[in-house]
Amino acid sequence: MTAHFSQSATILLMVAGLYIVIARGNMVKKLIGLSMFQSSVYLLYILPGKLIGGTAPILGAGYSVYANPLPHVLILTAIVVGVATLALGLTLVVRIKEAFGTIEEDEIAGDMRSDGSKPGRGRKSA
Amino acid sequence: MIASHLPVLLIIVPLLGAVLAALSRHGFVAWLVALLASAATMAVAFALLWRVQAEGLISYRIGGWAPELGIEYRIDAVSAFIVVLVSAIAFLTMIYARRSVLAEISAERVAWFYTMLLLCVAGLLGIAATGDAFNAFVFLEVSSLATYTLIALGRDRRALVAAYQYLIVGTIGATLYVIGVGLIYLSTGTLNIGLIVERLASLQGSRALTVAEAFIVVGIALKLALFPLHAWLPNAYAYAPSAATVLLASTATKVAVYLLARYLFTVFGGDIDVGAIPISAILIGLSVAAMFIPSAAAIFQNDVKRILALSSVGQIGYITLGLALANQTGLTGGLLHLFNHALMKGAAFMAIGAVVYRAGTARLDDLSGIGRTMPWTVAALTIAGLALIGVPGTSGFVSKYYLILGALEAGLGWLAILIVASSLLAVLYVGRIVEVVWFREPAAVARECREAPLELLLPMWILAGATIWFGIDAEWPVGLAASAARVLLGGAP
Repeated sequence: MTAHFSQSATILLMVAGLYIVIARGNMVKKLIGLSMFQSSVYLLYILPGKLIGGTAPILGAGYSVYANPLPHVLILTAIVVGVATLALGLTLVVRIKEAFGTIEEDEIAGDMRSDGSKPGRGRKSA
Repeated sequence: MIASHLPVLLIIVPLLGAVLAALSRHGFVAWLVALLASAATMAVAFALLWRVQAEGLISYRIGGWAPELGIEYRIDAVSAFIVVLVSAIAFLTMIYARRSVLAEISAERVAWFYTMLLLCVAGLLGIAATGDAFNAFVFLEVSSLATYTLIALGRDRRALVAAYQYLIVGTIGATLYVIGVGLIYLSTGTLNIGLIVERLASLQGSRALTVAEAFIVVGIALKLALFPLHAWLPNAYAYAPSAATVLLASTATKVAVYLLARYLFTVFGGDIDVGAIPISAILIGLSVAAMFIPSAAAIFQNDVKRILALSSVGQIGYITLGLALANQTGLTGGLLHLFNHALMKGAAFMAIGAVVYRAGTARLDDLSGIGRTMPWTVAALTIAGLALIGVPGTSGFVSKYYLILGALEAGLGWLAILIVASSLLAVLYVGRIVEVVWFREPAAVARECREAPLELLLPMWILAGATIWFGIDAEWPVGLAASAARVLLGGAP
């Protein structure tokens, strides 16, 4: 367990995040779960790039052991993607709150059904 | 000079167009930019196709870095096939979009709509062009984020919920994909697909690879709406603005299919069962379920957009079935159906978008007899519907014919029967639409309507015409699909 502590932490974060997305009906909590799920991937990539006693990749005498910089760069990109997704998700939640008055999925599902049974929504209703 | 940079221009042109459209802040200027950018992109795509057919694989190194260090774009017969399809549909969508968008989206948001449309196109083309596994993830997210925004711009408040649900599912899918890519990177030390293939040869049977393949296949299956992971799709297509639905239905899921094919065949090898997971058997089972269950659900819908969206899930089943058969004829059929379905569904969604433009509703009950007042639009819808069934003389017949031949070649006679039987479901849902719009007495809504304007009819009829043309003379698309299938199955490009 201790030998694979970091990997265990990664998987715990991954599974917990996914569980929150599936189990919660509150839209903000779902996004928090989604964000946790994505964060676990950051760990998955970065952990193997770390070498104990390694330095940053510097070309020169005295620097023979260095950590792989590529995973860090990849995850920098992934973090940007994660931030953009979270920002867009939260924006949508704000708009949903304005339009439906709630951010609970069950209540919104009920509203959506009643929207669907209304007779012909004219083009001016938008 | 420019010719050697074609692969990267494919992405730069729409990306730059998106920036200009955003800066313009003016609806008409943004539309003009989008139209010109997508026309230029289409020209680049056809030039690439022509070069691939003449010379084979094109490898382009971004910034001149070697594949071990930098990002490589690889255009082969498969990528060129997808790139031509996406860029051509994007161009037709832009022609169609101007009038439709003015009617459906508030004026101050129109420029943003075109920005997102171009970003989406850039992302989709990027997925098809890149030869780098992580770069494909970035493009996947570029196109997905643009897509969520496009859906949320729909005029119905339910569009917001549809966009949110797609955001959750799409992000899970992309994250599962990137976990799989991470595991491959840890095993092989590279992200370049060409190098991954070389290094995987010595790693056969590794458990990390089996896990990676499982993550990648499930992740992409979420994006391509493989049954039963399709729950996000009907709402997203039904509530998005009409022009956005046309683009998404014709291209987004198709590019995900491309990515799946790329991994199943190129990366994990022609033998698509890796380790303990019988992927081809699972894929056949899910494809058959997709051909029947969502199509059956489509019969009981009242919103024409929803009927067409559920039909899309069913049609994707035929495409993945072609992948699962994994023989030359079956794969040709799958890829051909990918191409043909993009054309017929594009025409169908353009037609129903034109109906919404005039009548303000897509509810079947309100559209009784609308064929009398909008004959050209409804005729295009009918042609697309016939192609969905697979009536001889339409392109849908040709691709299903190849699929049936492929199933027989694989020794699965029962599968051939199921392909024909599932088409009967399409007869029911298409028949229902046709009966209401042509044969019922015109309702109040229908009597007030006029024929759609030429700007909407023109791109719609180009697609509907192509659906008939490629049903009679299928040589060109069959040739493209067959050479793409040969490349995927490991033959010469």
